[in-house]
Amino acid sequence: MSNIMSQSTAVIVMNIRSLPRRLWMSLAMVFASAVVVAILLAFLAMAKGFEATMQSAGSDDIAFFMRTGSAAELNSSASKEQVNLIENAPGIIKDEQGQLVSPELYVIVDGVKKSTQQEANIPLRGLSQRGVDMRKGFTLMAGRMFTPGTDELIVGAGILREFDGFDLGQEIHFGKYTWKVVGVFSTGGNVFESELWADAKVIQNLYNRGSSYQTVRARIGSPDDIAAINDYLKSEPRLTHEVQTESAYFATQGKSLEYMAIFGWVISSIMALGALAGALNTMYTSVSDRAMEIATLRAIGFSSMSAFIGTMVEAMTLAVLGSLVGALVAFIFFDGLNASTLGGSFTQVVFSFQLTSDLFVKGITMALVIGFISGVFPAWRAARVPVIVAFQSAR
Amino acid sequence: MSSQNLFELSQVAKRFTKGKETISIFHDLNMQIKEGDFLAIMGPSGSGKTTLLNLLGGVDQPTEGQITFDGQRIDNLSEGQLAKWRANNIGFIFQFYNLMPMLNAARNVELPLLLTNMSRSERKQQVKVALELVGLSDRASHMPSEMSGGQQQRVAIARAVVSDPKFLLCDEPTGDLDRQTADEILQTLQLLNEKFGKTIVMVTHDPSAAKFAKHTVHLNKGEFVKAEELLV
Ligand SMILES: Nc1ncnc2c1ncn2[C@@H]1O[C@H](COP(=O)(O)OP(=O)(O)OP(=O)(O)O)[C@@H](O)[C@H]1O
Ligand SMILES: [Mg+2]
Repeated sequence: MSNIMSQSTAVIVMNIRSLPRRLWMSLAMVFASAVVVAILLAFLAMAKGFEATMQSAGSDDIAFFMRTGSAAELNSSASKEQVNLIENAPGIIKDEQGQLVSPELYVIVDGVKKSTQQEANIPLRGLSQRGVDMRKGFTLMAGRMFTPGTDELIVGAGILREFDGFDLGQEIHFGKYTWKVVGVFSTGGNVFESELWADAKVIQNLYNRGSSYQTVRARIGSPDDIAAINDYLKSEPRLTHEVQTESAYFATQGKSLEYMAIFGWVISSIMALGALAGALNTMYTSVSDRAMEIATLRAIGFSSMSAFIGTMVEAMTLAVLGSLVGALVAFIFFDGLNASTLGGSFTQVVFSFQLTSDLFVKGITMALVIGFISGVFPAWRAARVPVIVAFQSAR
Repeated sequence: MSSQNLFELSQVAKRFTKGKETISIFHDLNMQIKEGDFLAIMGPSGSGKTTLLNLLGGVDQPTEGQITFDGQRIDNLSEGQLAKWRANNIGFIFQFYNLMPMLNAARNVELPLLLTNMSRSERKQQVKVALELVGLSDRASHMPSEMSGGQQQRVAIARAVVSDPKFLLCDEPTGDLDRQTADEILQTLQLLNEKFGKTIVMVTHDPSAAKFAKHTVHLNKGEFVKAEELLV
């Protein structure tokens, strides 16, 4: 066994040292697997970044109420009476000022994207200080909170980064109304940073919503309380709402870019087929290039297994080398890349690509598959090189 | 030196089939090689010299007949068993040296020792001895491309003897060398035969190379012939 190890080690060393003879072919194989892995990682990082932006926004201890059947906040509604009923649901925590409940409005306004100079939808959320307090990680990065009852708003850091005209102190015109930016807030990178926030009462007024809202958030003790709240909703005929934890809601929303990951797998798999064709060619060439050496070693008494292993390792090495290059390229160009895309409410969600270690593992796995397939057939041929080749004069 | 038979070939037949065609190289070859012999095999191109060498070296197997080495049959061994057998008993010397171009002289010589259980330092010692034997101690770290043909063939000889096999097989060992270098190589083989008791079989086209051997046999169309018959 140690024998096969030392044989294979020697063969591997020789193969690697003979690589310069096949430099361009070998580099082509490295390049091809680098491209495949870089593309795969770009898509995965996009989906991952979006998912993280959504998921990190949700809390387990917030019950989130939407009208039954509305897929996203935009489509929901809740009248003043319904909000009052929801406040009476079981399990909702209260303090001196009453139930910890935040009825909110969610309307869409236009902004101009810095990257494309095109108009895109931005959510303008109406809420109260209570609602602001329910957002974990909320900090005012600049300026101050909006004053209730005024046409002041605060702008999320993501909006500030990706859109024109939302700088602190600036006046903004949405339709016939003028707003003033008095603060910039962060929520630690999650989806709330892709929003504008203003006083719910002012938005009700300006957008003719009377006393109605769209969604309701309520602080609960634990996710287990949802079941009881659900029973309550079912037993109250005036309520047409469904409830879930805020994290469950955002987890679902976060999956909406999952098709990007699937797309990434499909695209990179198709490209991997192309890379595979090249890689097979590279490896078959390697075997015929080394035929004399393989046969000579076999004549000396090296096993055909060592020829097989040596070829496999060469293929795997080239493919993994490629994947490292691809991962590095993906990391340099895509990790942290800011992007925005349509979220569930047809509004722009600002997020950044996230190249996490589990994605690297996926990229390297992809390369290992390429290396394995492109190695195994040529390696088989290497193992079958007849020993008499060593005695043939043609070099 | 004992006069025991190292090799015995009895009724060996060898045929190659290519598609529908069958080429018969040997049909009834009988041969003994005594331990300690230095045998030259001569014969025209295509007479089966290399084929015979391959059979002796366990590189190829006979279609019919038996080959025994040291009393043990080798014609019915599996590929893996043959590889082990070669590693233990045979040293090969090729016309074109067949050195690994990416390894220096010492590493090339060391290769057969990787198949043994020797420690690194034992291997180093053994390599040193082998290189000394062929007069190339000062070239241990040279790459094959930095050496002349004769030097490369010496490295190849060192590689063939480093694991101390009983039997050396040489296919045109001087075929690619000038006269003087060839003679030096042949003297080295002679030394290995006479001083170290290696049994050697050497295929050659060159009558003056054959003179270095103890015996010479001639192959023609797959059969041994007497030298005189060839002259007729
Ligand atoms: N693997 C093979 N398949 C088919 N035919 C073969 C094979 N090996 C050798 N032969 C044929 O067997 C015959 C003898 O070949 P061999 O190589 O033994 O001759 P040789 O005496 O060594 O010739 P040379 O002096 O040219 O080296 C030749 O006709 C050759 O074409
Ligand atoms: Mg020949």
